[in-house]
Parts: sequence; structure tokens; C-alpha cells
Amino acid sequence: MKLYVVVKNALRTLLRNPMRAMLTALGIVIGVGSVIAMMEIGSGSSEALKKSISNMGANMLMIFPGMTSTGGVSGGMGSAQNLSPEDCEAIIRECPAVRTAAPTVRVRVQVVRGNRNWVPNQVQGTTSAYLDVRGNTIEEGSPISERDILNCNRVCLLGKTVARELFGDESPVNQEVRIKSITFRVIGVLAAKGANMMGMDQDDIILAPWTTVKYRIAGSSMTTANQSQSSSTSSTGSTRGVLYPSGSTSLYPEKSSTQTANTPLTMRFATVDMILASAVSPEAIPDAIKQITALLRERHRLHPQAEDDFSIRDMTEMTNTLSSTTKLMTNLLLCVAMISLVVGGVGIMNIMLVSVTERTREIGLRMAVGARSRDILLQFLVESIVLCLVGGIIGIMLGHGGAILVALMLGWPVSTSIPAIVAAFMVSAAVGIIFGYYPAWKASRLDPIEALRYE
Amino acid sequence: MELITLKNICKTYNLGDIDVPVLKGVSLDIMNGEMVALMGASGSGKSTLMNILGCLDRPTSGEYWLDGEEVSRISSDRRALIRNHKIGFVFQNFNLLPRTSAVDNVAMPLAYTAGHLSSREARKRAEAMLEKVGLADRMEHVPSQLSGGQQQRVAIARALINHPPVLFADEPTGNLDSHTSAEVLKMFQDLNRTENITIILVTHDAHVAGHAQRVIHISDGLINDGVYCAAPPVEEDVR
Ligand SMILES: Nc1ncnc2c1ncn2[C@@H]1O[C@H](COP(=O)(O)OP(=O)(O)OP(=O)(O)O)[C@@H](O)[C@H]1O
Ligand SMILES: [Mg+2]
Repeated sequence: MKLYVVVKNALRTLLRNPMRAMLTALGIVIGVGSVIAMMEIGSGSSEALKKSISNMGANMLMIFPGMTSTGGVSGGMGSAQNLSPEDCEAIIRECPAVRTAAPTVRVRVQVVRGNRNWVPNQVQGTTSAYLDVRGNTIEEGSPISERDILNCNRVCLLGKTVARELFGDESPVNQEVRIKSITFRVIGVLAAKGANMMGMDQDDIILAPWTTVKYRIAGSSMTTANQSQSSSTSSTGSTRGVLYPSGSTSLYPEKSSTQTANTPLTMRFATVDMILASAVSPEAIPDAIKQITALLRERHRLHPQAEDDFSIRDMTEMTNTLSSTTKLMTNLLLCVAMISLVVGGVGIMNIMLVSVTERTREIGLRMAVGARSRDILLQFLVESIVLCLVGGIIGIMLGHGGAILVALMLGWPVSTSIPAIVAAFMVSAAVGIIFGYYPAWKASRLDPIEALRYE
Repeated sequence: MELITLKNICKTYNLGDIDVPVLKGVSLDIMNGEMVALMGASGSGKSTLMNILGCLDRPTSGEYWLDGEEVSRISSDRRALIRNHKIGFVFQNFNLLPRTSAVDNVAMPLAYTAGHLSSREARKRAEAMLEKVGLADRMEHVPSQLSGGQQQRVAIARALINHPPVLFADEPTGNLDSHTSAEVLKMFQDLNRTENITIILVTHDAHVAGHAQRVIHISDGLINDGVYCAAPPVEEDVR
């Protein structure tokens, strides 16, 4: 017997009792529908999560200085002043897995413009690489240039929130703001990024050259727990060397090497609060961490047994925590949906058993006119599979529609998942086979004489 | 030539630990193109014998030759094939599929026929059969819209759809009034004469049996008379 004839007969039989078929398939409809809706909403939210993580800075690594501990009093993470801008430059130069890096100096100060004032969440001193690392773009104006950094220029970029608070609807570019009573020229406005995963406003920010922030604004940086530690305003860093390239300005006569060795000059390096680095790809993050660690240990001249005097953090921890939470939720809901599929399958089995009993005479007759037991088996199996597939298709449409509805009404992110639809289709067919097999087998085992005589 | 030959057929039902012998050694021959009536008291084993003849059941012992083939020991799939190709059944209670049109009822056995017919050809054949039994204007009627006689005619059309050489009818007129009975019997006679179809019918009614060329009487699991078989019926205890 041709398969399509069997399928056609099955459809006809089911249509003979449409209400019953619908109610029977309802369990499958609900099961498949909820699976699809869960998958689409779940994958939508995990995609949104990924987006918001990459929004914070794709493949970002944060390098913090170590901590100081004086007489048993720990200064806390980042209290040591041992990360220099030269470390940052070396990282860019020598670590192949790092795309770019930016030093940052943070202060929290008041910004004044005319009669308005505002304390931005972050006032960051940095380089133009910062924009690249954080994935920021400039909406209007120009970025911080190399020259601004070398000259300690008083220029700054405003985040959207700060621009709105201080300038309202006016364009802030080329206007002036005072940061801690020092006049800065606004050279640009950052494009809005919105809140990050922790709900922190990423637009409440001012970016300025790190040299300016370090030497002109910061008496002490925010991350310096010990406020008594005065900031280093004198520097022998390479940036200063670039700034005053010729040695002709030296005030004192050159020291001989012996003199230098005898009276070592205690030099104070410019330090930064944090270095932000960006790996070339998400897969390169572990490599980047290894390379940076090796480089910084070498630069800081650490004994092989000594502990790192810095720490590197990446976003994977955070990503993992957050995505494992959403994954857990999705899986739990999937389990519930699976249970409803099983319940639906039991419903199918129940109705198929009733149907076999009801149609015992028909089975006997079909056997009498030449149906083999496998024909009967196929007939009932196909009936239950068709029932499940129709239920599955309706469920897919309902689930998809539900997900779209959720997206429209609640604004949740959803994404259509083709594998989920295919899987749902297969699962409903499988439910049809698994739960339809026993009734069909029972039908095929009937004795034709008994079946014909059945009342 | 013989279409059907039974040799010493025994059928014993097993109820728990007691054996119920129903057929106790039935031997008979039925020629091709005969019309035979099977009569006997209620419980004498007529239906049991018909089930064996119709390849629905297997005898406990004995030989059954149908159309030159020993069929008492073959597999159930093979028997299904024989039922499909060589045997037509007409039942007392018609046994039509409910809520299914007359044409679809008639075409139903074709679904199990190996020779592949398209559904259109199958329909055509079913329509031709219905015309033959005089129901050309009732093709799309479902059984509940047909009279008893019409339903039985649909059942006859269904039995004939595969052009079987033999037709078994177990009390085909049992549920019909005398007028429609006569119609159905006339149809059997016509089929028997014009198409040379062998017909074996079970009945309680001597008048019905009178339509047949030969009447076989069965009592208590043994054939009394009307047997062509040369061999005398074997003695009681064949078990
Ligand atoms: N499946 C079975 N199990 C046990 N005994 C059976 C079975 N089928 C039939 N019998 C017995 O076999 C005997 C003959 O039954 P059968 O149906 O052949 O009678 P019948 O001649 O057709 O009677 P009727 O004219 O009333 O239809 C009866 O005594 C019945 O009880
Ligand atoms: Mg009977």
C-alpha cells in the first residue's frame, strides 16, 4: 500500500472526528508551542546578553595594579602604584594576542559649565585606544590625539548623559567646561551606549588625555585607597622624554655611571590606575592573558617564585555567570515543556487505544479483505504520527506567534531558531511513533475472527 | 475440477484446560463454479468451517487445498494475500465502514492489493462494481443512508472487487426481509451463472438453501450428507 494513500486515509479518519482530533493533539500543541516559545525567547535573551557584553568592550581585559600592604593593613586591590603607561605601550608592542590597549586614570570630580554642574560617574584619563577597546564611537567632533596626550592638552570628550546635563540641547563641541576649576575644551561627544549589564549608565562619562587627568586634575586617584599617598607629578617616563626630546634643557651636569650607582635617584614613575586591553578575538583571550602576564612579570622584575603584583580580569567570568543563569532558566522551562510533551503523548496513546477498541470491527474487516498485520500497524501508526505532526505544526506556529507577541508587547528580545523548529517537528513525530506504537501494535495483533465478532 | 478440497479437517478450541472439539474430521470437495449451501443446527460448527474455508482461521489438523494450494499451514501474511486475491466475504451484518461512502467501501480491499492501482483507477473499478450490483445512483451514500438490502449489495460489490474465484457468505440474508433476501439470492445466482464464481453460503433457511445446486448438512462437527468426497467420513475420535 502506497504511503501517501495511508496518510490520506489517516487524515480522512482524523477529520471524521475533528473535535476529538483537536483535543487529542492539544497536549502536543501546547508542548511544542511552549518549547518553541521558550527556545526563541531564550536564544533571544542570550543573544541580547552577548550584545550587551560586547557593548561593554569586545574581548576586553582589565589589568589592575597589585595591592600594598603596610604593617598588616591591606590597601585593597589596585592600591599599589605599579602599572605605568610604559607597561601599556609595551603590551601593545609585544603581545601579539592583544589588539590594542589603553591606560586609564580615574577621578571623580565635579564638572561645571555656566550655572550647571554635574559629577560624572567616571572622569577617565586615557588615550584614543580607549574608544577602540570599549567599542565607543564618536558621534560628533574628533577623538583625543597623540599630541593632546603629549602636551597635556585640556581637551575632553563628553558622554551623552554629561553632554545633556551640562549643555541641554546645545552642541557641546568647542565649548568649554571646567573640571575641578580647570578649563577644558570639549572636542567631541560620544555616541550613546546605554546602560551596561549592571545597569550602570555608560554615557555618564568624560574622557580626557591621561596626562592631563594625571598631572592637572588628580591630586589622588579614586582607586588609591590610601589618600595620603601623594600622586606623582614628576616623571621620567618616556612620554616626558618625547615631550622634551633634546637633552639640552638639563639643569645639572651629567652624572658619571659611578655617581649614579653611588647615589641612586629615587625616581617616581607615572602610574595609571588600570590598563584596558583588547584581545584580537574571543578565542585569543587566554593567550593574551598569558602574554601580558609574562611581559609584566618581566617588566616588573619579579622573582619566578613571587606572586604577580598585578591582576588581570576578563569578562568571561561575568559572561559565564550571566549566560549560565539564562541557560539554566531556559533549560528549566524546556524541561517543563518536555513534560507537557510527554503528557500530550500519553493523551495521544490513550485516544489511540480507545480508537483501536472502537474500530475493532473495522480492523477485523480490513484483515478479512486482505490487510496484513503490518498494514494495520502502519495505518494506526501513521494516524498517530499525523495527529502529532499536525499538533506539532500548530504548536510551532503558536509558539512562534507567541514569541513574536512577547517581542511586540513586552519588548523582550526574541530570535527565530530554525534548529528549534526542526527539532520540534522531529520530536512531535517521535512522540507520535513512541506513543502510537503500542496501540498500533495492539491493533495489528487482533485476531480477525474475534475482531469481526466484536460488538 | 475441484476448487476446494478438505481432507479430514478438525478444529478444537482450547478453553483453559478443556478442549472443545467443534469440527471432528470434515472432508469435502467443492467444484469450480458450484453454488453450495451449508446448513445445520445452531452451534454445529458452520461458522467455524467457513472461517477455515475463508483462510481466516487455521484448522487444528487436516488438509485444505484451495485452488491447487495447501493453505492450512501457511503464514498469516500469505493467508492475507489469499484472502485479498482469491476470496470474497459477505457477512450477515454487512460490515461496511461507517461514515464512508459506498465507493470508498467497495474500493477498500484494493488498498491491500499488491498490483499498484492509482486511486482514480481504483475508484473507477469500484464504480463499475457498484453499477453491476445496481447501485449506480448510490455511489456517494454512506451506509446509514442505505437500506439493508442496498448495504448488502455494497458488501457484495466489495467482495467482488478483486474478481475472486470464490465467495463465502455467512448467513447473508439473516438480517434481510424475504423480498430483499430474494434479490440478494438472485444476485448470487446470476454471479454464479454468468461469471462462474463459486459461492458457498451458510443458512438456516431451507428456502434460501433451495437456491443452491447442492446443500451440505452439518451436524455436531461432522458432515451428514451432500458430500462429493469419495472417502466416507472418518470416525469420531480423530483427536
Ligand atoms: N473462539 C471460540 N472458542 C471456543 N469455542 C468456540 C469458539 N468459536 C466457536 N466456538 C464453539 O464452536 C461451536 C460452533 O460455533 P459456530 O459459530 O461455528 O456455530 P454455527 O454453526 O455457526 O452456529 P450459528 O448457526 O448459531 O451461527 C459452538 O459451540 C461454539 O461455542
Ligand atoms: Mg454462525
